[in-house]
Amino acid sequence: MSRTWVTPGGVHPPENKHQSVTLPIGQLPIPEKLVIPLSQHIGAPATPCVEMGQQVLKGQVIAQAVGMVSIPMHAPSSGTISAIEHRPIAHASGMLAPCIEITTDGADTWIEHQGISDYEHIAPRKLLEIVGNAGISGMGGAGFPSAVKLNPGRQRPIDTLIVNATECEPYITADDSAIRERAGEIVEGIKILSAILDHPTNIMIGIEDNKPEAIAALAPHVEDSGISVVVFPTKYPSGGEKQLIYILTGKELPAGKLPADEGMVCINIGTTYAIKRAVIDGEPLISRVTTVTGDAVGTPRNYDTLIGTPVRHLLEHNQFDEQAGGRVVMGGPMMGFTLPSADVPIVKTTNCILAPSYAEIPDDDPAQPCIRCGMCAEACPVSLLPQQLFWYAQAEEHDRLEAHNLFDCIECGACSYVCPSNIPLVQYYRAAKGDIRQAREEKVKSDHARARFEFHKERIEQAEREKEAKRAARREANQQAKTDHVAATANGSTVSSTAPSAPATPSGAVPSSSAADIIAAAQARAAAKQASPEDQRAKLERTIASAEQRLKVAEEKLAEAINDDSGKQDKLSAAVENTRQKLEQSKSKLAELAE
Amino acid sequence: MIELIAQNPILAALVALVGLSILFGALLGFAAEKFKVVGDPIVEQIDELLPQTQCGQCGFPGCRPYAESIAAGDVINKCPPGGQSTINAIANLLDVPAPELDAEHGVESEVKTVAYIREDECIGCTKCIQACPVDAILGAAKLMHTVITDECTGCDLCVEPCPVDCIDMLPVAETIADWKWSIPTKPGQMIVTDRRGEVSPAVQSEDAA
Repeated sequence: MSRTWVTPGGVHPPENKHQSVTLPIGQLPIPEKLVIPLSQHIGAPATPCVEMGQQVLKGQVIAQAVGMVSIPMHAPSSGTISAIEHRPIAHASGMLAPCIEITTDGADTWIEHQGISDYEHIAPRKLLEIVGNAGISGMGGAGFPSAVKLNPGRQRPIDTLIVNATECEPYITADDSAIRERAGEIVEGIKILSAILDHPTNIMIGIEDNKPEAIAALAPHVEDSGISVVVFPTKYPSGGEKQLIYILTGKELPAGKLPADEGMVCINIGTTYAIKRAVIDGEPLISRVTTVTGDAVGTPRNYDTLIGTPVRHLLEHNQFDEQAGGRVVMGGPMMGFTLPSADVPIVKTTNCILAPSYAEIPDDDPAQPCIRCGMCAEACPVSLLPQQLFWYAQAEEHDRLEAHNLFDCIECGACSYVCPSNIPLVQYYRAAKGDIRQAREEKVKSDHARARFEFHKERIEQAEREKEAKRAARREANQQAKTDHVAATANGSTVSSTAPSAPATPSGAVPSSSAADIIAAAQARAAAKQASPEDQRAKLERTIASAEQRLKVAEEKLAEAINDDSGKQDKLSAAVENTRQKLEQSKSKLAELAE
Repeated sequence: MIELIAQNPILAALVALVGLSILFGALLGFAAEKFKVVGDPIVEQIDELLPQTQCGQCGFPGCRPYAESIAAGDVINKCPPGGQSTINAIANLLDVPAPELDAEHGVESEVKTVAYIREDECIGCTKCIQACPVDAILGAAKLMHTVITDECTGCDLCVEPCPVDCIDMLPVAETIADWKWSIPTKPGQMIVTDRRGEVSPAVQSEDAA
């Protein structure tokens, strides 16, 4: 067994995991309506590519990825598109976001799909494309598009692949039960990942020692495969990416760095299963294992849930007792958030729906003053100073917060858990982070506005300068013309004789000072116009031809008008006369030119 | 040489001191020319802190002129778009006490707004375009104008010149992307004596009795 390291801090909350693993992963009836949010991941939201009323099959693409960091969405079951609109989604704000609603037909008809069995012989790039097209994003928490995470083309080759099966948060058993029942497929998925990453030397599955069944289930599949299952003592939070990397490798990831910068990739075990399904079976990510637990539900257990299933559907099929539990939490008790309503859909990152009873997780006691006991600092897994951060967050001292590395906080909630004064510390940090981010954005905007304002001022001044220059030029020209005139009358010579022989002024430039220049320039322009007699003749001929045509039409109209006796006669006859005159003019000009 | 110095110690000291002062004077003069700071850096720093709406509510034609005025000793509480946070930041920079916002120049608005032109009513007079300090309005004479929302600073300088009153200042709606957690209500309000000044009249009268 390989060596493990111990992270600082951490807490041991009651695990409460046994309730939901007594039964195998269940299947729910297909809900009548599925609501698929267009943004279930980090990055740009997908764009719908279906229309209202359109029939879709299970697995059909209903929204396409936009740009590099994005994923497509697929229909989780067959049916009809019944709405494309803003709906409440699983977000702490309780705000609405664009969603696609599918009214299912119950047939659950798959779209034609095909997997690849010999992935070993497929280029990694092709495999990545499959993963990207299957709409797979990290299923552990943040939901980062997997194809982007696994994309090569970085400076360092990947030598360590870490599969995160920690699942350290209380109550949640989605990964645990998935490993118990699907260990073979999960290991298959890890092997595909290994192929994509050009076979890293070190492949580890990190798992806490509170899941002996899962460890036992993995054992036969990883034999002689080069994959090691690393078991380490249970502690919250061990499942954070940086924490797990430290536990398994002893390497501390610097702030602001990605695991890939250190030649590592860390991926959730649920995601490896989705990758296996995508590559071997050709199925996109349309369902996931979600734990439904808490004392307010009848039978806590795991369900293979279609993405887009309303939380209400899950609860109703699990004898949810609304009287016993006041709230429904998405995620675990430490990092989850209370849902604004039970109508929000399950998304790709939803690992747990927790419906605790009042007795189980009572409402928070009111917060009391900080007594500087320092328990939070002992519990912090990132070795921050939570009590200092708390004071600075209250005082909104952003510089100090950043100096105390607020942005390294993983919001695990260990500090709030141990706080004897019940201070909701994490909420302070979240608020402070939000404020700082907003201030940064505003700074960027105000810098931009300053640049635009300065450009605007410069432009106005430029225009003013040009106007002034023109005015000055005109004044000078007038002056010059006057003096020239005086001189000319005095000398008895003509103005034109003083004009220089090469007068062409470049267009757009400020006219040169002398009035004589201007006159000469006009003459030159006139001369240039007369330059080619052939052109002129052709032009005149065209004019004559069109005039004749017009004359003919006008005469016809006149004749018609006379026949109809419609009072337009006068006007029309005037028009005919006009056209005839123009024709005559053109003809005489042509004759002149011919001479 | 040494004898000469030994014989005229006072003179020698004087010569040495004069020589040194000429040397250092020249050095300082050279440094002042060589490392001359172009512009006033404090103006830049104040300008950095101002919100750059260029709204002119402070009475200056833009943020920079106000920054220059502050650097020259003007009061720092004339900027309503920046509000108290900007006042605090400038006070911090200049190491002076932070005053309250001067209500004479306007009040701090809670919500950010942007200009919106009711396009049906726009007659294409270009007056708002000329008024906009950041060129955020698009249009031409006798053609409809519109606001580039992303560039608008919400200074509302375009509202007043509009002859048909077709410009509204609309609040910017919060989206999921820019939603943020709010600071929880303060802890430490369990003990009545901690809340001196805001205790209920009943409690106060009990205290008095």
